[in-house]
Amino acid sequence: MASLRYESQVRAPLVDGHKDYHQVTEDIVHPIEAAPTRAWWIGFIISVACLTFGIISVTHEVIYGVGQWNLNRTIGWGWDITNFVWWVGIGHAGTLISAILLLFRQGWRTGVNRAAEAMTIFAVMCAGQFPIWHMGRVWMAFFVMPYPNTRGPLWPNFNSPLLWDVFAISTYFTVSLLFWYSGLLPDLATVRDRAKLKWRKAFYGVASFGWSGSTKHWQRHEALSLVLAGLSTPLVLSVHTIVSFDFATSVIPGWHTTIFPPYFVAGAIFSGFAMVQTLLLVTRKVLKLEDYITMEHIEVMNKVIVLTGSIVGVAYLTELFISWYGQNKFEGWAFAQNRVNIFSPYGWSYYLMMGCNVLSPQIFWFRKMRRNITVTFFMSVLVNIGMWFERFVIIVTSIYRDYLPSSWSTYYAPTIWEIGFYIGTFGLFFTCYFLFSKFFPVIAIAEIKHILKKSGESYKDKMTNIEGESVEDFAHEYAHAH
Amino acid sequence: MAVKKFVVGVFTDEEVLFPAVKKVRSAGYKIHEVYTPMPIHGLDHALGLRETSLHTAGFIYGITGTTTALSCIGWIFNSDWPINFGGKSHFDLPAWIPITFELTVLFSAVGMVLTFCYLCQLAPFVRRHHFNLRSTDDQFTMVIECTDKTNEADVTAFLQSVGATGINTQIAETGWWLGRYDKEKVPFEQKALA
Repeated sequence: MASLRYESQVRAPLVDGHKDYHQVTEDIVHPIEAAPTRAWWIGFIISVACLTFGIISVTHEVIYGVGQWNLNRTIGWGWDITNFVWWVGIGHAGTLISAILLLFRQGWRTGVNRAAEAMTIFAVMCAGQFPIWHMGRVWMAFFVMPYPNTRGPLWPNFNSPLLWDVFAISTYFTVSLLFWYSGLLPDLATVRDRAKLKWRKAFYGVASFGWSGSTKHWQRHEALSLVLAGLSTPLVLSVHTIVSFDFATSVIPGWHTTIFPPYFVAGAIFSGFAMVQTLLLVTRKVLKLEDYITMEHIEVMNKVIVLTGSIVGVAYLTELFISWYGQNKFEGWAFAQNRVNIFSPYGWSYYLMMGCNVLSPQIFWFRKMRRNITVTFFMSVLVNIGMWFERFVIIVTSIYRDYLPSSWSTYYAPTIWEIGFYIGTFGLFFTCYFLFSKFFPVIAIAEIKHILKKSGESYKDKMTNIEGESVEDFAHEYAHAH
Repeated sequence: MAVKKFVVGVFTDEEVLFPAVKKVRSAGYKIHEVYTPMPIHGLDHALGLRETSLHTAGFIYGITGTTTALSCIGWIFNSDWPINFGGKSHFDLPAWIPITFELTVLFSAVGMVLTFCYLCQLAPFVRRHHFNLRSTDDQFTMVIECTDKTNEADVTAFLQSVGATGINTQIAETGWWLGRYDKEKVPFEQKALA
């Protein structure tokens, strides 16, 4: 009988090894059922330690005020907003993989989407910390929410990009969480139905919401995923667009740029894919999932990195060109003196950004490099360093030497509490990721099964027979299969 | 919930399942449900299920979000507390677009997920009878409901002839429940068919 699904031989398999449905379940659920490894414990303890440092730093800042950070009237936004934009950007790759690639029917997303979506959620959680604690009087954070109150009622300013940000980030977090968890339900049910231990049966029984896998449920689940993907696609583009509006709608030279929205979105996807690479290269090795996160997946993601890295490069050059072509003295100063001039106080950061984001990813034009795990890992870290400096360059080098030379502030350096806060978000991110990789299936089991007979290595052989058939024979068999 | 009797047929290959569904339906048996470990495209049509209207619900939630955002901001800035922002218009529609868009997406996504959970009766602590625990792993489970006229032996033989590898009969409570609420305190598994 002809297979129900057909995929060309030319495409490399997405699931290596000769797997059947049961083997897929075994492989992916195994890390959940096995005791945590020594590597997991070491990583987890280090993450919790970083998180503790972060909590101490934030507590210190709350008790003594934002003055504990080295910000001043000139550099009002420093590390905190840099870190905020950096973390939000990282989140974008998860939604791109889970939503945009679903709409484009890219089969390879199934191997990496679950972990990437989890990464999105944790990254957005980390990002949200920065504006919240930067408020200083954090107990009044609820003032940003519009609700009828006894202060007038006094409403937030709906025309302000900072309020747009509140709505964008909270919507993004909520929708990503719903998308991720609704996709997790069938896989949690798989874990539940295999569970031998009582607590595990109970825990996954509650977590899987009583999923049964009936045809009607699947039909609705598919409809839900597709519409959520359709909603998330413009959403993810809007989120970083709105983050860029925080800068672009202001009148600060270096921020007041119409190119920001597409440039920020490309940069976000660029850094997000780098973070996905960093996490998945380790995950596939530690959890022994090399058959599911294959060299094909790594290569495809490296292609995305070289594409988005080059888009970011074009944006940098366009920005430079426009600052000269526009002949605005102040904007010209921001670019020529504050950034490009390597002897200026922060000139080095501009070249670090250029080197990491524009030059280094060009190595991925070579297939050998795209398929080299060491190079990929090294590059993924380098890209995220570069993208952190991009935000630093945009924020700090635009404002540290402003219109009035007497208020120039050329020696901004973070205090230990700013650094501790940043390290703390790493702790939060990795603590969540370690817990996720221990208690949840890091690969979408049902989705892998869905593509297994089309893209699995053992089923690819069958395709050879089909390709050898005449068109009439194939049509005949296919008609009978249905 | 009613306690009913079911004949459960297990399949190991979806390519056997598809023709089997057709044959079982044309033979006049009532398929209670087919459980599969992953979505199988076309199975809903083969079972004669109607298309879901979840998309329509999502659209309605979406426009609710749009109107909520526009009407709230419009009312706040024009009548409740009109603030003069540098002499700009109080009806500043372009500046409201981001929040309007975000609320459209938020209402639509949250509404759809809640509707999905309601329609499928999915919630924490909900319990269901699972006919075959491996139907979330590698098996496809077809459950046929027995009515007064059904001959159990006939159904079993028929399922065997269409390719089911394991067949058993189960007495189960359909639907879902929170804990056990039987007045007689008899676990439903042991309850005989009324």
